[in-house]
Amino acid sequence: MAATIRLQREPFDAASEAAKLRHGRRDIGAVVTFTGICRSDESGAPLAAMTLEHYPGMAEAEVARHVEAAERRWPLLGVTVIHRYGRLEPGEDIVLVVTAAAHRQDAFAAAEFLMDYLKTRAPFWKQIEFAGGEKTGGKIWVDAKSSDDALAERWTRPGGGREAAE
Amino acid sequence: MKLRYFAWVRERIGKPEEEIEPPAGIATVADLMTWLSHRGEEYAHAFENPKVIRAAIDRAHVRGDAAILGAREIAFFPPMTGG
Repeated sequence: MAATIRLQREPFDAASEAAKLRHGRRDIGAVVTFTGICRSDESGAPLAAMTLEHYPGMAEAEVARHVEAAERRWPLLGVTVIHRYGRLEPGEDIVLVVTAAAHRQDAFAAAEFLMDYLKTRAPFWKQIEFAGGEKTGGKIWVDAKSSDDALAERWTRPGGGREAAE
Repeated sequence: MKLRYFAWVRERIGKPEEEIEPPAGIATVADLMTWLSHRGEEYAHAFENPKVIRAAIDRAHVRGDAAILGAREIAFFPPMTGG
């Protein structure tokens, strides 16, 4: 199965990426499209922008490794992962995961698995810039959340991830 | 070998990368962090809590006990916050 993986500064078009994935196919019965978006607040504080730093070379390899793991785990018929880097303003898209399968359970589970791993294993770091500049705290690096680690961890347990669907 | 730093590790050290030649006896990633933390205040600040620092050898995640022998590129960074 050919997967599309792109790291880019530019915006992406989620609808056209999903359409591309299923174009000309009749075996696909389910397409799940997840888009992560830059919010306008962080814990209640208004945000001016978010800057994503990444480790070129390793980020692509790490995403590819997890796409391969998803393909081994679920009978997928297509996967697209696009992760942006650079400075993004509230309302802009950050990440896109599209999964295609014959049945919805596999497409949903694989999309969630990929997002859980992108958040905790792919070498990206978010720095947020608060609205109002230095007066309101300037720039801070977002702390990793233990809840995100727990979500990624569940896929390593027997029957991993199933509790998410129950 | 080449060292690369990301996010606040990079900011604290004040550079994105450098070439280093660690002395004999520096066998693991954890040893390397300890050695680096004695190179100056900026390094001491970056590695003040080594437990939170993640590392990669030649672009693959490794733990602190990983051997650095033969590594071309070692990266240090905070826990990841992508997605």
